[in-house]
Amino acid sequence: MDDKDNENGIVLTEEQKRRRRARSIAIALALGALVLLFYVVTIVKLGPGVLQRPL
Amino acid sequence: MTDVAADENRQPAVFAISEAAVGDYVALMKPRVMSLVVFTALVGLMVAPGHLHPVLGFAALLCISIGAGAAGALNMWFDADVDAVMSRTARRPIPAGRVMPQEALAFGMTLAFGSVAVLGLVANWLAAALLAFTIFFYVAIYTMRLKRTTPQNIVIGGAAGAFPPMIGWAAASGTVGLESVLLFLIIFFWTPPHFWALSLWRAEDYARAGIPMLPVVAGYSETRRQILLYSMVLAPVGALPWLLGYSGPLYGATAILAGAAMVWLSIRIKILGDADEGDRAAKRLFGVSILYLFVLFTALLIDDRLGALGRGLL
Repeated sequence: MDDKDNENGIVLTEEQKRRRRARSIAIALALGALVLLFYVVTIVKLGPGVLQRPL
Repeated sequence: MTDVAADENRQPAVFAISEAAVGDYVALMKPRVMSLVVFTALVGLMVAPGHLHPVLGFAALLCISIGAGAAGALNMWFDADVDAVMSRTARRPIPAGRVMPQEALAFGMTLAFGSVAVLGLVANWLAAALLAFTIFFYVAIYTMRLKRTTPQNIVIGGAAGAFPPMIGWAAASGTVGLESVLLFLIIFFWTPPHFWALSLWRAEDYARAGIPMLPVVAGYSETRRQILLYSMVLAPVGALPWLLGYSGPLYGATAILAGAAMVWLSIRIKILGDADEGDRAAKRLFGVSILYLFVLFTALLIDDRLGALGRGLL
């Protein structure tokens, strides 16, 4: 039994899996929101001509 | 052979598996405190001179609220031991065992650094420095030091809660004007009657946790006296923006009436003393004090918008 446990490693319960999935989704949504926020803030601060500036 | 024996004797590693739900992380940020921070910062940002693009204003406000959330998470990380023995806080995510302390620490530090850095980039570095100082003050000065050592903990620590309108002001204007200092002072003098009203019926909780809140150290009678004193200072301080000509008669009338209500409720608490009605009066003062801040800052905002409308700026 112990050997089998060692082979399988840590086995999460269904509840732990569900909560981990919910946390992962929340992190993904937060990152997506940050990407959108930084994009909009960049456009507002630098204006639409941001790509036409001299290098 | 020796290695094998050592392997057999080794204790199994203890793996901690997070049980945290998304809501637990939200709870770590103390959303009710955040709502007051967001509102006062919004007013500071709106009444400040200068113009901040609405998108940048929203982003700045988001940073200030996340910074406040970071301070809340770090507070819960450090205070998990005292939270566990107080009935008001025992169900918080860390003492309840749903979030591990190291998770809260990592979460809080990430939010703290992230919010300060983004505020600096979005608005300006003065606002970011003020936010960083606020988080530092709340966590390192109030939570780690004052809270457990002095009955003046919430008086001095109240400064942390008083900074948000000043940060909002700095984000919009790039400076710290006298008017933003007045907003700071209003919240600073509001904090003691607000928290001591709560502590009057939570004193046993604080005593059990070893927190030297004023009723625990100096007694209920002295706490009621101090509540009254601070309310008597708060009432005129609340009216200062009008007295100094920074806001109009709507704000002035609101500040006088709301200040009078705070003083009246404080007098009632003092008169009623240890009677059962005294506890009810303390709870009423606690509720009214929250309303006081919302009403005062709302009046300030409306007055400012009306003034801008009159000057044709809207």
